[in-house]
Amino acid sequence: MRDRLLEVRGLDAHYGDFQALFGVSMHVAEGEVVAVIGANGAGKSTLLKCIAGAMAVRGNAVLFHGVPIGGGPAHETVARGVALVPEGRRLFPSLSVEENLLVGGQIGRKGPWNLKRVYELFPMLEERRHQPSPSLSGGQQQMVAIGRALMSNPTLLLCDEISLGLAPIVIRDIYARIPAIAAEGLSLVIVEQDIVQALKTARHVYCLQEGRVTLHGEAKTLTREKISAAYFGV
Amino acid sequence: MEWLNTILQGILLGGLYAMFAAGLSLIFGVMRLVNIAHGDLIVLAAYVALVTVQALGINPLLSLVIVVPVMALIGYVLQRALLNRTLGDDLLPPLLVTFGLSVIIQNGLLELFTADSVKLNAGAVEIESIAVGGGLAIGVLPLIQFALAVAVIAGLQWLFYRTAIGRAFRATSDDPSSAQLMGLNNSHVFGLAMALSLAIVAIVGVLLAVRSNFDPAIGPARLIFGFEAVIIGGLGSMWGTLAGGIILGVAQAIGAQLDPGWNLLAGHIAFLVVLALRPQGLFPKVQG
Repeated sequence: MRDRLLEVRGLDAHYGDFQALFGVSMHVAEGEVVAVIGANGAGKSTLLKCIAGAMAVRGNAVLFHGVPIGGGPAHETVARGVALVPEGRRLFPSLSVEENLLVGGQIGRKGPWNLKRVYELFPMLEERRHQPSPSLSGGQQQMVAIGRALMSNPTLLLCDEISLGLAPIVIRDIYARIPAIAAEGLSLVIVEQDIVQALKTARHVYCLQEGRVTLHGEAKTLTREKISAAYFGV
Repeated sequence: MEWLNTILQGILLGGLYAMFAAGLSLIFGVMRLVNIAHGDLIVLAAYVALVTVQALGINPLLSLVIVVPVMALIGYVLQRALLNRTLGDDLLPPLLVTFGLSVIIQNGLLELFTADSVKLNAGAVEIESIAVGGGLAIGVLPLIQFALAVAVIAGLQWLFYRTAIGRAFRATSDDPSSAQLMGLNNSHVFGLAMALSLAIVAIVGVLLAVRSNFDPAIGPARLIFGFEAVIIGGLGSMWGTLAGGIILGVAQAIGAQLDPGWNLLAGHIAFLVVLALRPQGLFPKVQG
């Protein structure tokens, strides 16, 4: 039985009066890649925000290394080793590529990732290091967003729809780097609408539908029928 | 020659106005907070200098060593304890709270120090001057004041674009919630920004106290000069703020030269002309 790095237990999340998550439970073992799939509005991004400490939730609904971290604050969650690649990339537009990466590293956690390693992973960023981040293509911006999260040397990396709005060839290119990232011993939670990509990358898959986990299991054992039933609720 | 002198004095005075403005635009740039109490904090710094000078018997310019850290500390605590709670999507709460703060500072100073105007005496340096030929002379004190203004602006520029804390200021200004997710503690970053703003306020307060008489009620007028310099220069540009301060100073000097009663009026008219013809300011920040 491998150590449970992250455990989510009976997580409820609300936006004002609207409840987005209902008793969601999941777990991620050390070094594991887990995918969370589901339709638009199923609560996938909300789940990641809760893990990252950006939402007010019960403390013991999210356990990291067995320590309750639910409800953040987000900057302390980063210091514990949880980094988020936010949906829509959310780069700092007035900062250059390199400055964006450096902001990610400002927390000062020790580990394998630094500017040099990020540039090795994404060589095309090095040539553009001094460009303003909005001048990059969508795929390059996504690489900056991933690099920025890695710069904090997380033990758990949360990736929110890194394929969003990108061309298939770029998506393949970015996903091709995931094994190299996972090889450093960190765990990943990947939120994806692209089910094929998710099943290819992850060992475990959770499917959310309207804020509830409708299916989970090993990626290999899930059939297409089971997934579409859980995905669409038909 | 008289006009050349007028313009020269206006430029030197503009340095002071640029410093009024620098702290104001720093705070607005980083956290979208319009600090209505900015002018009163300048006056507060002047009184902190007064107390320091009276207690220790040192030269007012030397008192900066104490007044700057004291004001910076006040700024950090003020931000963490009070102003951070007012920040959000709405610009109005910080506006109202700093307006209240302005009233409290003015009346607090009035209780403690009365409405009598006071002045700090910096000694011989106040009347020394350097002859630059052609019958023109530049006062040493205005020159120190202008040099400090340039140093403050250059220092801010360097801090914003060359240091980790400057990067954090810009990142938080771009997207506070994303900055928090990248591990920046926004409350602390905002606290540091306010500390920096009030460190500049401390320099301004001491210079103001040496330059002329002050009393608890003069803060709001300094706030207006600060606002005008920021808007003339263009928001978000440090060197633009310096230029804005200089334009305001020169306009006031020319107005005063024409008729002593037109001093402030000329400054306000220069401001209104810029606002009408170029509402984004003369040197707005170039969006990359």
